[in-house]
Amino acid sequence: MPAQEITKIQELVYELLVGEVMTKEVISVNPSTAMNDLRLILRDKRISGTPVVEDGKLVGLISLEDFINWLSDGGPACSVVDRMTKEVRTVYEDEPLLQAVNKLERLGFGRLPVISRDTGALVGVITKGDVVGGLLKHLEVDYRNAELRGARSSHIFEDILSDRSMLILEYVVRGADFSGAGASASRLKTTLRRVGIDPQTTRRAAIAAYEAEMNLIVFTQGGRIKVELDPKAIRLMAEDDGPGIPDIEKAMQPGFSTAPDWVRELGFGAGMGLPNIKKCADLMRLDSTVGKGTKLEIEICMELRSEAERDSAKAGARSESGRERAGDRCARRLRQRPHQ
Amino acid sequence: MKLEDIRKVLDAEWLGYRNIRNGYNATEILSCHASDLMSDVLTLSGLGSLLLTGLTNAQVIRVAEVSDFAAVCFVRGKALQPEAVQLAEERGMPLLATPLSMFESCGRLYAKGLRGADTTKEHANCQPKK
Repeated sequence: MPAQEITKIQELVYELLVGEVMTKEVISVNPSTAMNDLRLILRDKRISGTPVVEDGKLVGLISLEDFINWLSDGGPACSVVDRMTKEVRTVYEDEPLLQAVNKLERLGFGRLPVISRDTGALVGVITKGDVVGGLLKHLEVDYRNAELRGARSSHIFEDILSDRSMLILEYVVRGADFSGAGASASRLKTTLRRVGIDPQTTRRAAIAAYEAEMNLIVFTQGGRIKVELDPKAIRLMAEDDGPGIPDIEKAMQPGFSTAPDWVRELGFGAGMGLPNIKKCADLMRLDSTVGKGTKLEIEICMELRSEAERDSAKAGARSESGRERAGDRCARRLRQRPHQ
Repeated sequence: MKLEDIRKVLDAEWLGYRNIRNGYNATEILSCHASDLMSDVLTLSGLGSLLLTGLTNAQVIRVAEVSDFAAVCFVRGKALQPEAVQLAEERGMPLLATPLSMFESCGRLYAKGLRGADTTKEHANCQPKK
């Protein structure tokens, strides 16, 4: 099984609660139910065991095995309370599914009664079948969401008939306008979501845009953020007319900052902006001339997901000639990958 | 941990419009990040996370929004700038305010099993490199 799917299942057994996948309609018997009647219950309900409940509280568990043992003893007239297992292992309703999986595995049981933590009452039963069924159901929901997302994101570009389509968004950022800061990034984020870009890519683009916007506001008289969106990649360009960065290498160092005190007092200017943009981007280019202005260009590939893939993409991009269009590079890398 | 449970643990109050409580009290919070340094917060994925902060300007809401945080809680009972509350309402960001200090808030949440946003499972590509 591919590693990714294992992770998804592992994630689900942590995330799902026992109460979400258990069988809620529990068939139970009284301690005073006769063993003779138990046979009918097990047969009619097609179950191989059932909790024994008295006044809503779980007092034991009786299984097909107990029943067979009773038969081999000659089937003496007695009630469930005499043959049931009294020390019952249970799980709480609000425990992660993992807990139930571990217990079922460790104890070799087919089922575990589920108890409410607040009232101590029996609220359900969880079987291995419930676990598998619950996981499948949630995987299906995830799958459907993924499919829906895929459909949405491709839809805008599928409706446009051309050899190459691109959506261009432009945001104007005013310098020193701290109260309006983030408005462009916020609008970009809403737009990307609306167009159906997946949440992770959207966040990377929004964070990069926010950092770029902050830089324009703090250091320049204002500028423009231009976003080019095509089915393969998001390209974000931030341009201004000065003052320019004297030493780009220094500016890229995490922690290096020339931000004024008022910015620091507001919780920014820790010298993380440009490094953070770089982290969010698959490709980054920064050109600056003192007195003329700065041009930042980044690119986020949409189909490259894992960090390893992004790293190798970065390494590949560096060694290629700068004349090739970034979007084409993205597309070719995607074609070269053996698995989508 | 549900947002309403967090509110109780922190003796906090909901901020903003009235129906926010009904809309968000069942929001599931998976982790927490406590910081007054927005530069740092921006390097994290806030997906499913609560942001605890002592900063009260409107940029906190922006940062929480672009980083996908699920909710923001302001510590030490500081008065919030009205623009911040208004922005949060516009962007659908639930806000809490607690009289507790940052340390006390973190301690209580940790004791209840909540863990740091950067130490829980990776949600995003925008994660600090090890």
